[in-house]
Amino acid sequence: MTEPADLIVIGAGPAGLAAASLASKHNLSVLLLDEQAAPGGQIYRNIEHNITHESETCAILGAEYAYGAALAETCRASDVTYTPGATVWRIDPDGSVAYSVNGAAHTAKGRRIILATGALERPVPIPGWTLPGVMTAGAAQTLLKASAMLPSGRVVVAGTGPLAMLVTLQLIDAGADIAALLETTRKRDYFSNAMLLPGAMAGQDYLRRGMAMRRAIRASGVPIYGGVTELEARGDGQVSSVRGRSGGERLTFEIDTLLVHDGVVPNIQATRQVGCEHEWYEPQRYWRPVRDSWGTTSIDTITVAGDGAGISGARAAEYLGQLAALDAAYRLDKISMADRDSAARPIRSAMQPHTAIRPLLDGVFTPSFTTPHGDDTIVCRCEEVTAGEIRTAVAQGVMGPNQIKSFTRCGMGPCQGRNCGLTVAELIADVQGVPVSDVGYFRLRPPIKPVTLGELAAMDLSETDS
Amino acid sequence: MFRRHDKSSQAKGDNVTIYFEDVPIICKPTDSVAAAVLLSDPGYTRRTPVTKAPRAPYCMMGTCFECLMDINGVENQQACMVPVRDGMKVRRQNGVPILPGDSKEPGND
Repeated sequence: MTEPADLIVIGAGPAGLAAASLASKHNLSVLLLDEQAAPGGQIYRNIEHNITHESETCAILGAEYAYGAALAETCRASDVTYTPGATVWRIDPDGSVAYSVNGAAHTAKGRRIILATGALERPVPIPGWTLPGVMTAGAAQTLLKASAMLPSGRVVVAGTGPLAMLVTLQLIDAGADIAALLETTRKRDYFSNAMLLPGAMAGQDYLRRGMAMRRAIRASGVPIYGGVTELEARGDGQVSSVRGRSGGERLTFEIDTLLVHDGVVPNIQATRQVGCEHEWYEPQRYWRPVRDSWGTTSIDTITVAGDGAGISGARAAEYLGQLAALDAAYRLDKISMADRDSAARPIRSAMQPHTAIRPLLDGVFTPSFTTPHGDDTIVCRCEEVTAGEIRTAVAQGVMGPNQIKSFTRCGMGPCQGRNCGLTVAELIADVQGVPVSDVGYFRLRPPIKPVTLGELAAMDLSETDS
Repeated sequence: MFRRHDKSSQAKGDNVTIYFEDVPIICKPTDSVAAAVLLSDPGYTRRTPVTKAPRAPYCMMGTCFECLMDINGVENQQACMVPVRDGMKVRRQNGVPILPGDSKEPGND
């Protein structure tokens, strides 16, 4: 059988790359599994290719994107065993990991696991969001990073959060025809969070960049509408217009592509499946794993780092990955507790400016589409379950998300609740008049990504049997 | 629906050809199948199992499963996670996938 690794890191974004590199430096044997073909995660996606072959695309994506090249390079130069194209579909508290590469299933065992599975975009359940031509802002950015592509027709970006603004600006720079940026954020969201400003000053670079982005969008002639409500995509088999309301004004734009964004949330498929405890983070209305200051979860062998532990951004993710690696080195007897703590001190202070900005961002850019207003809006894209069907089921006495599955099939499609789990919990809480934290979440079982029976049958079990 | 941006060096250089519903698409080896298909203005890329509604790629990062397509005869592939290879034959997925030997119309169960 294969020797167990000291550490299995899952996810090769900033947290995973930093964790794997530093752990390897401390003489841990590290297996780094990542679903993508190249390192970088979503934030630094395709960084190696773009740095060498796509200088113009890198210019559009900016210095913050180019920064990721060094992370990938450091990891490549280390002793880390890096397996790209690996889709992890089962994790066990004993350190076993099952994954597939090119349609062949494998297992590996680690003495510890660091989950660095990052974030995903929050569902945006508005009328018409399932129409072809409606995509997430992140999807457009992924196409720019991975394939130097941009929407070819008229585009509206709608929603809230730094990414919506950033993607708007990048698409303008790339030559896209942007009709408008429709922001759900209201002026009063800025004023009512003014008391968070002093605390955010350590991260004032972020504030400056945010204001510069806004100025650049306006300077390009693209209008920004604030406080947008009643957002709706319309079209017959394909999106053709977007409607909304801003102040007293009714807005309609004829478009080819609508890019929606309502912030990002931790990707908790893996931490849920393995059985970590989670907590509800009220300011941004998402679940995150309960963890200590090193990222270790309620399961002693499992540590989380990066946005999967709670949204803190790419730069903080890197530091959180390093902290997780130091703790792994300590727990596996490679360094002393004193060494761990002294090595962590400069990391924590370097991280501080990047986390200081979060309370302000979390307060200003609150999600707007957590609970669909109408009953006809689709909540579960896979099984096509509407908000009305869920409300009815709850009114009839369905207790929680897992019963909703049995009654409506909501959450039972291939995405396994990634696009409806938060909305379902919000709807149940709303109808029952209880906090979402009392409602809970879908119970997630392996495989957390689809795996064929053929892959399972062909699995080489000698890899783990001892 | 999508195009390369004008400044991209990907507009030139090595190209591979895939076929979406038998129509050739010229793309780059670093493209995902979903990205390449979006270059061809596909309209939609699957129909849903329940109502046969048209859908197209939504998240492009492997979480939404809207980009499920039939790639080289194998259905239910996340096209945004599969890199293109020369000569690939890609089709829209129509409702419920058909198992080999199953003669039923898709979507009837």
